[in-house]
Amino acid sequence: MSSDRSLIWDDASPEPASEDTQVFDAVEGAPVIELTDVRKSYATGSVRVDALRGVSLRIEEGEYVAVMGPSGSGKSTLMHIVGCLDVPTSGDYRLAGELVGELDDEELAEIRNRRVGFVFQQFNLLPSLSAWRNVELPLTYAGVPGPERRARALAALGRVGIGDRVEHKPGELSGGQQQRVAVARALVGDPALILADEPTGNLDSIATEDVLTLFDELHAQGRTIVLITHEAEVAERAGRIIRIKDGMLSSDVSVGAR
Amino acid sequence: MTWLETLRTGWDAVRSHRLRSGLTALGILIGIAAVVLTVGLGEGAQSRVSSQIDALGSNLLLVSPGSSTSSAGVRGGLGSASTLTVQDATALSSRVAAPDVAAVAPTTQRSESLIAGAANWTTTVVGTTPSWLPVRARTMASGRFLTDADGSAAVTVLGPTTATELFGSTDVTGQSVTINGIPFEVVGVLDPAGSSSTTNLDDQAIVPLQTAVTRLFGGATRTSVQSIYLQASSAGALSAAYQEATSVLDNQHHLAVTATPDFSITSQQSLLTTATSVSKTLTVLLAGIAGLSLLVGGIGVMNIMLVSVTERTREIGLRKALGAPPRIIRRQFLVEASVLGLAGGLLGAGLGVAGALIVPHFISNPIAISPTAIAVAIVVAVAIGVLFGVYPASRAARLAPIDALRSE
Repeated sequence: MSSDRSLIWDDASPEPASEDTQVFDAVEGAPVIELTDVRKSYATGSVRVDALRGVSLRIEEGEYVAVMGPSGSGKSTLMHIVGCLDVPTSGDYRLAGELVGELDDEELAEIRNRRVGFVFQQFNLLPSLSAWRNVELPLTYAGVPGPERRARALAALGRVGIGDRVEHKPGELSGGQQQRVAVARALVGDPALILADEPTGNLDSIATEDVLTLFDELHAQGRTIVLITHEAEVAERAGRIIRIKDGMLSSDVSVGAR
Repeated sequence: MTWLETLRTGWDAVRSHRLRSGLTALGILIGIAAVVLTVGLGEGAQSRVSSQIDALGSNLLLVSPGSSTSSAGVRGGLGSASTLTVQDATALSSRVAAPDVAAVAPTTQRSESLIAGAANWTTTVVGTTPSWLPVRARTMASGRFLTDADGSAAVTVLGPTTATELFGSTDVTGQSVTINGIPFEVVGVLDPAGSSSTTNLDDQAIVPLQTAVTRLFGGATRTSVQSIYLQASSAGALSAAYQEATSVLDNQHHLAVTATPDFSITSQQSLLTTATSVSKTLTVLLAGIAGLSLLVGGIGVMNIMLVSVTERTREIGLRKALGAPPRIIRRQFLVEASVLGLAGGLLGAGLGVAGALIVPHFISNPIAISPTAIAVAIVVAVAIGVLFGVYPASRAARLAPIDALRSE
């Protein structure tokens, strides 16, 4: 699987260079995601809301997992914790073998930068920056030197099939193309996990097919993908569908190897 | 993320809102320009005053008749009955009684009409002694100055303006000029020294004191002089010279210690202090107002940065999701604020310098362009950007990425 990856990163080191000491070394062979009895509760005024009520989950490297659930099910909270945007109230979360608990904002930022590639429903590209400038952003925060950043950003854009539009600003691209740029941005740092939150929610059916095909290809290359969606046809593309309800897993179905 | 990249990001953000950034920078710009102009105005006035006072001569004390502490009694005004005499000057020259007085130049002066051929010119005729030249810190352009050998001879030394007005040139040594019906020989011409606020130092005719009092001016007491210039041996000896001159003149005028003296001694330093303290007060006042406008400009920066943080909540959330740690976000907004400050500071300093070059054409006051003031102003402008950027920047840094991403 890793030989497929090297097709993309032939001139770049697979791990982004670090300014700081390598605290977050990946543990070989560990599952990408390992949640153990994860709970999360919020205090909204005097009311305590239990968004997650004991979730245990393992996602191995190379899996393509869809997370489904109605709104209010705790799906977003799960995604925030998996994406290291938030920390659990109790329980353990290991991302690529390392424990993500009790980390402060700076450390969470660094782990997001290294381990997670986000794809959002609204694309979330910076409108003032060209496509390749958007793609290089995670590398900027990882401290990768300028020329290498550009090379890797261009390679990632080539990988998602819009290598001819690297100087275009998001406003000059179609929705599907913008989401491709966002996927390139998620890929560029070579993260352990690609976390896509309703990536097709704002796309028409043609662009949806386009982006899902791209995910299929990434999956085929050994990428670990977690896709959050409420559309059954989108979820069916994944090899494993996890349903969540009332803050707990309600079903976990492996569709079989695709 | 290097500082250079942060700077570029900041500059891009400032540039993407041209009008808003321009208006924000304008607040700083006006403040900085005002500071540069007022400080320049103050320094210009101060340097003009001190150069005027320096032009009087260095380490100079001026003995004037009459008392500066006028009491209720009836006293003769200046010029009605001069209380200073040539004898006073001689006494002050004593190395024993006044060791710190290096040179003494008694002067008496009157406005006279000078005639040379068909040309005539009214100017100040000054009767004095040869020590006038060093005491007043003047130099000769051509010829010689008065000497002790001149006695009461009809010789004169002209200022460059006077010479030009009478003869059309300053090379007039050996020419003849008639003062009050007496033909005088021009023995030398002074170097130009500029003008003080009250008198033109280049427009005068110097004659020997004896000649002036006995042949030109006449008057009741032929030994009286209008003022005596004293030069202290050094700047440090000024106050000693002042004390010595006071006691010599008290003796000469038979004054008790308690009596009100019939003379006054002013030093160039006291003139300078008075003059500069006035201009300093004005400068501080104006700079204070300019500083206030800088403060207002700084609040403008803070306001715009807060708007910017609110407006770009999503962007901040995204950057955080992509791995920007809080300190980088904080740095980005601080840099953005200081870019605003720097832009305002540079443009303001430019406007200030332009003003300093243009405004003196419309008002009589010179405006000094002080590199120090400009450098300090720019640093202050950046500092204001940073200072007023701290709060918005830390607000941006504290935003939780989830909330920030969720905002529409």
